Amino acid sequence: MSTTTEGQPASTKETIVLEGATVRLAGDSGDGMQLAGTQLTGTSAQVGNDIATFPDFPAEIRAPRGTLAGVSGFQVHFSSQEIFTPGDSLNALIAMNPAALKTNLADLDAGGALIVNEDAFSKKDLEKAGYDINPLDDDSLEGYTLFKVPMTTLTRGAVEGLGLSVKEADRCRNFFAMGLIYWLYGRDTSPTLRFIESKFGGKPDVAEANRKALNAGWNFGETTDAFVSNYQVAPAKLPPGTYKNMMGNQALAWGLVAAAKASDIGLFYGTYPITPASDILHELSRHKNFGVRTVQAEDEIAAMCTVIGAAFAGSMAVTGSSGPGIALKGEAMGLAMILELPMIVINVQRGGPSTGLPTKTEQSDLMQVIFGRNGESPLPVIAPRSPGDCFDVAIEAWRIATRFMTPVVILSDGYIANGSEPWLIPDANTLPKIEVKHPGPPADGEEFMPYARNERLARPWAIPGTEGLMHRVGGLERQDVTGNVSYDPDNHQHMTNIRAQKVENIADDVPLQEVDGPDSGDLLVLSWGGTYGANTTAVKKCQKMGLSVAHTHLRYLNPFPKNLGEILDRYKQVLVPELNMGQLRQLIRARYLKDAIGYNKVQGKPFTVAELVIKIQETIG
Amino acid sequence: MSTQLPVLKAADFGSDQDVRWCPGCGDYSILAQMKKMLPSMGVPREKIVFISGIGCSSRFPYYMNTYGIHSIHGRAPALATGLKSVRPDLMVWVITGDGDGLSIGGNHLMHAIRRNLDINIILFNNRIYGLTKGQYSPTSPLGKVTKSTPMGAIDNPLHPLSIAIGCEASFVARSIDTHIKHLETTLHRAAEHRGTSFVEVYQNCNIFNDGAWEYTKDRQTKAENTIELEHGKPLIFGTNRDKGIRLNGLEPEVVELGKGITEDDLLFHDEKASEPSLAYLLSRMRHEDGFPEPIGVFRAIDKPRYDDELNKQVDAAKAKKGDGDLNALFNSGETWTVS
Repeated sequence: MSTTTEGQPASTKETIVLEGATVRLAGDSGDGMQLAGTQLTGTSAQVGNDIATFPDFPAEIRAPRGTLAGVSGFQVHFSSQEIFTPGDSLNALIAMNPAALKTNLADLDAGGALIVNEDAFSKKDLEKAGYDINPLDDDSLEGYTLFKVPMTTLTRGAVEGLGLSVKEADRCRNFFAMGLIYWLYGRDTSPTLRFIESKFGGKPDVAEANRKALNAGWNFGETTDAFVSNYQVAPAKLPPGTYKNMMGNQALAWGLVAAAKASDIGLFYGTYPITPASDILHELSRHKNFGVRTVQAEDEIAAMCTVIGAAFAGSMAVTGSSGPGIALKGEAMGLAMILELPMIVINVQRGGPSTGLPTKTEQSDLMQVIFGRNGESPLPVIAPRSPGDCFDVAIEAWRIATRFMTPVVILSDGYIANGSEPWLIPDANTLPKIEVKHPGPPADGEEFMPYARNERLARPWAIPGTEGLMHRVGGLERQDVTGNVSYDPDNHQHMTNIRAQKVENIADDVPLQEVDGPDSGDLLVLSWGGTYGANTTAVKKCQKMGLSVAHTHLRYLNPFPKNLGEILDRYKQVLVPELNMGQLRQLIRARYLKDAIGYNKVQGKPFTVAELVIKIQETIG
Repeated sequence: MSTQLPVLKAADFGSDQDVRWCPGCGDYSILAQMKKMLPSMGVPREKIVFISGIGCSSRFPYYMNTYGIHSIHGRAPALATGLKSVRPDLMVWVITGDGDGLSIGGNHLMHAIRRNLDINIILFNNRIYGLTKGQYSPTSPLGKVTKSTPMGAIDNPLHPLSIAIGCEASFVARSIDTHIKHLETTLHRAAEHRGTSFVEVYQNCNIFNDGAWEYTKDRQTKAENTIELEHGKPLIFGTNRDKGIRLNGLEPEVVELGKGITEDDLLFHDEKASEPSLAYLLSRMRHEDGFPEPIGVFRAIDKPRYDDELNKQVDAAKAKKGDGDLNALFNSGETWTVS
């Protein structure tokens, strides 16, 4: 990577060294806060910090300007230590208008840095946010370190002479805010300068304006008396290697591409746009040179059905959606199950029920993907635990799907889908191969049996074009071995048992569950999916306090790892924190007759470490 | 080296499964004509896939010794879309009915047709729900008394070919189950067409809607009630071939030949017209409005096919960026190294 643009020099002001910091940029949904947050993430990763991010945006693309509903935020936690979450509370908040201040202030630490665009606090803006009195003028913000910065004026000044309209000039404000934050935390501006060049290179005046705004923000921090010192966060001690900042949906998409390569067959992605899964489609559709074929189907049902067609034809067939779409796919997922063909169904969960909270996170589709089909219709379910883990889970899903000839559900969520963390780039040549076998033409006189099974109970994946293997599959119950339609009562029982046993057999093929912490004790925290970071951090804190607590985090939700029951029995109590009303807990209780305790929250927000620590303390008593 | 393709017969396309349609069902004829027609295409059985939804017609794939999927209600066009997208080398048939294709699966039918994948869709139209034992279907006429409409159906029927043409179909045809030569020829034309071929077959359900198409089949009346479309020929019909269709402005009208009206005054059929309005107009000619109902190929034009275009994009991406290299992908964008 070449550095063609020089960033800012080091600050000459006093520098205070921090272990880490959590910063949130908040503004109107048209203010470019997501872009600013992404840039702060990238540049923090570049200096070698461990990072975790949490974008939080409204479902409306452009809610009425200046209103509470239209506030969009991006939170970045960067640290010199290993971190697992985007941070519970904020060390610094940048509020671009009164609405952003109002909706985010509660998360700012006492004494935290509060940087506001004071130009945006006009009477009208204040009214829209529901302020009777300007909070910048009364003493309501006394508990914070308030910096009133006339960002609009300063940005307009910085880009003066470039011939931009006022509206265009104001669009550069997010770069001014970025510049100021970069100064405050000693970030290098050059990655963002490179980004400006690549993104706006075609519009030289816009590129120049953004560059000027960024530098003006940095210079403002350096020159104004308001800021007496800035901060430094040292690089984290991450394992050696080359890293990139990775978002969950991107990691999932790349994992799928890698799995297709590892099994040497073409990837087909049939889907219908839905928040928060659409980015997987966007990413995959860019990689056609990997032989990736994407189809944006007419609806969710069609998307699932295109995947079944492609799987029958011999492709690595994948669909992605979120809860409402998965509900529509249910019938076709049942067909996919009874056809016993390999495919992957991704559910990037969001707040439910119904349309729910499309841009917020939740874990409330666990029961849906395990049980949400008519009849006895077991499907394996696995869940990634972090943005980078999505890569590995995609590959693992395809490994299971092909070894057991079954659709596999990946249960991601909006929090890890849009969140990001440093990803240690693997060497593609060392990724394990996934062996996929299609039977060839039968020997003379041999009759092909499409539902004959191997030792894992998987049937052969015979694909069209193969001479002598013509066969018909369908949603009517199949006779074992021959695959012919069968209404025989005993056969139906037998096939139901076989399909269930096949999924159970997956437990023999996956790693045993591991525990972080003591082998036995007062409490086991059992978690799954995107809450990994918060639970890990909370348990580590409690262990440091001397509490007898261990943590185990499930990737395999159906079937459960073989040793899970035995692990649960080693602790006096089991606590299951979930962003739902207790779905894993119900499964654990039903399966293991263990009286697990729930800690449940459905507020569209991830767990904070602090609330988990309190719950653990309370539970142990 | 040359390989001799085995010459297949109709019987080679039959599977070992017992056919379980009701005796006398029109589906038998469609199955027979399909089996009779396919050998002439010279496509090996393993390169053919039949996909169906749910309904009586959708049992069809079980009776063909090819690859097949008996899927779920209305979704066969969507399965075919995925299959053909990744395997353009296969010959793909979608078998559907008036309920499966136009009611529960209407959306998929519409989108498969507009994408113009190189697939063949055969819609068995018997104007009734047979497998669920006799409810009215989206093609049942107004006032139709069925189990679910004891006082008569009050929703307007759909006309399958009008829908297909509205969806920008590149091939649209109609035939009749008992008109076996015509049916075989029509299936052959559909199979030869590159792009989505949509064929409506008037099919008799002798149990729940017997005689629904009798006016097109009865020896006494069929010449008066149907008109066979032939490309480049005037629209002439009638037992004595003495009637024709003339265009009066935007309205077709039945005229008698002679008395100053010659063949040259009639509407000439042009299945290759790029503009679909005439084909649409033909699809609107209904018996109950006093018109003979056209059979044959309404429209057969060449248009880009989705499966072709999709695979062209893959080829173009490979030509431009080279075969996908995972290490290059992983290391793209901003990266940093920890030593």
